[in-house]
Amino acid sequence: MYIYDEYDQRLIDERVAQYRGQTERYLAGQITDEQFLPLRLQNGLYIQRLAPMLRIAIPYGTLNSTQMRKLADISRNYDKGYAHFSTRQNVQLNWPQLEEVPDILEELASVQMHAIQTSGNCIRNTTTDQYAGAAADELEDPRPYCEIIRQWSTFHPEFAFLPRKFKIAVCASASDRAAIHVHDIGVEIVHNDQGETGFRVLVGGGLGRTPVIGVEIIDFLPKQHLITYLEAILRVYNQLGRRDNKYKARIKILVKALGIDAFREKVELEWQALKDGPSTLTDAEFERAKSFFRSPEYLVIDDTEAETRLQAQAADNAAFANWLTRNTSTHQAPGYVSVTLSLKATGYAPGDVTDVQMAAVADLADEFSFGEIRVSHQQNLILAHVRKDQLFELWQRATALNLATANINYLTDIICCPGGDYCALANAKSIPIAEAIQRKFDDLDYIYDLGEIDLNISGCMNACGHHHVGHIGILGVDKKGQEFYQICLGGSQDKDASIAKILGPSFSQEDVPDVIGKILDTYVDNRTEEESFLDTYRRIGLDPFKEKVYAK
Amino acid sequence: MPNNIIKDGAVVVDNWQLVSADATDIPEGKVIVPVALWSENKDSLSNREDFGIWLNSDESPELIKDELDQFKVIAINFPAFADGRGFSYGRSLRDVYRYHGEIRAIGGFMRDQLFFLKRCGFNAFALENSDLENALDSFKDFTDSYQASIDQPEPLFKRR
Repeated sequence: MYIYDEYDQRLIDERVAQYRGQTERYLAGQITDEQFLPLRLQNGLYIQRLAPMLRIAIPYGTLNSTQMRKLADISRNYDKGYAHFSTRQNVQLNWPQLEEVPDILEELASVQMHAIQTSGNCIRNTTTDQYAGAAADELEDPRPYCEIIRQWSTFHPEFAFLPRKFKIAVCASASDRAAIHVHDIGVEIVHNDQGETGFRVLVGGGLGRTPVIGVEIIDFLPKQHLITYLEAILRVYNQLGRRDNKYKARIKILVKALGIDAFREKVELEWQALKDGPSTLTDAEFERAKSFFRSPEYLVIDDTEAETRLQAQAADNAAFANWLTRNTSTHQAPGYVSVTLSLKATGYAPGDVTDVQMAAVADLADEFSFGEIRVSHQQNLILAHVRKDQLFELWQRATALNLATANINYLTDIICCPGGDYCALANAKSIPIAEAIQRKFDDLDYIYDLGEIDLNISGCMNACGHHHVGHIGILGVDKKGQEFYQICLGGSQDKDASIAKILGPSFSQEDVPDVIGKILDTYVDNRTEEESFLDTYRRIGLDPFKEKVYAK
Repeated sequence: MPNNIIKDGAVVVDNWQLVSADATDIPEGKVIVPVALWSENKDSLSNREDFGIWLNSDESPELIKDELDQFKVIAINFPAFADGRGFSYGRSLRDVYRYHGEIRAIGGFMRDQLFFLKRCGFNAFALENSDLENALDSFKDFTDSYQASIDQPEPLFKRR
């Protein structure tokens, strides 16, 4: 992974000093609440329902075991002994003291971490595939490009006060695990007929109040132009994006208002002034970025033999077999897989981990996966490079840590925002909904029979729980002071991205699990042998689900 | 009345007079006028030795791009510190339109934005409600930056 040199380190050290000064000026009454707000937000510090919340950046969801241990220490020493991995591949502390945040940042800086631009109307953490550099279906490793974007976007002087937040996602594989269609900018790494690397760029996607699927602005951007082109898009957005209404301030609204062709024209015009200029990327810079993401020293393994042994172990142990099927994914290197450690055990808030678990995951990473850990936007942790012959041992260790729930991509692997239990924006709680669903559907055979289902829950229309792109989405709404839940169906975050449609009137909290049951029944009753939930929904439409759910 | 501002890294006395958006007459002396007043009085203003113009946050430099040479000062107003359009205007003025005169930040920007403003081509800052001498420290928030910008035309990746 990327290692800081003296430039990177000095920047984050200076950031800590700057923020310490700002905090001191705030506490001394020299700057107002209103002025301090964007300053603390650009450093990831929110004031939440019960306490401040500090969001720490995990660039493109990659961290090492030393960093994970530091997160464990910080959670223990400055917080209540747990942390939350978010749908933005970041990590959040729920109970830090405002006065102690500069100290936390200093601790983070000591392991090359920070909270820069994890909030505020600026360019946020660039996200990508959690299996980057390991996935079998990958065209190229997206991480070097993510790191180039990270550096360009960090403290970009022109784009720190945009109309609204701005999120960039990068995908390089056949299956889109980075949800690039629902980001302000989606970057897909592609090769042209000559085999050269470039980018297909999407713009104007997003969730929130107005969910929109991004549209293509350029089908092949040669790689050296990545930064100048992004800069041109941002410059157009910074000048023309709406600032009168924060709900209409995202780039998706601007792109819709102008139309993609007019928007593209403006971008091209700005780009002419930037193209081939000093920010044009060089081969040397690509090489430098790539040098940090070389494959680890894999052992030479006979994959057939390893697989045979593994299947024998699975045949002897049904629980291991379940985990092996659901929680591992195909790797580029023979004899290796990527393992997902599930943070979706029933009874625990999705994405939450304790300090003990974090420290233990760091140990597992050192022992089993070259000291490296990933965070997925589905709020799980990944050990990207695990030997097949070590899977059984890893499974036992993960089971003891309650990190081996065999449910990855299945019904109970719920994406869920912190919701009304923590978040000041939420209209309704989301964690208890996730738990009620997990408790109702506790029969693994039934869950496996349903096949892969994305069930996503957001506690308000800001959609941090990505409900619009869940096959089943649940949205918390406020009805005259009461918490209700709207259900939508048919969303997808993959390359065939779609926005889910609202089923009908909302439900009370108690009713939600039964309603989900009826939706699943409708699927089971109507599916053909090969069909996934999404396939069936797309074939039969919303009506059969509606009839079943609202039948008197 | 002269005010102190920050210019080219130092606190200096400033004699420019900012003419408000609703003014109809242009006073004597060194004035910075709003766009509308300038376009109505181009002829009379062109006889003056020193005058400047100020852009509100919804007034792109494109409006004045063909006549930049006349302006000794181009001021860019920040109605609120969160309105970041002016950062792009500064860069466009320097990078795209090659304006070499003074670019001055006015209005509701704050001390903590000085570093970024300077990188976007601003060299004068009519900073309100701040101790200007102390505020100079904010120009030193960071020793270096990743991006190419007005004060450092080469991005870090070409220099490291």
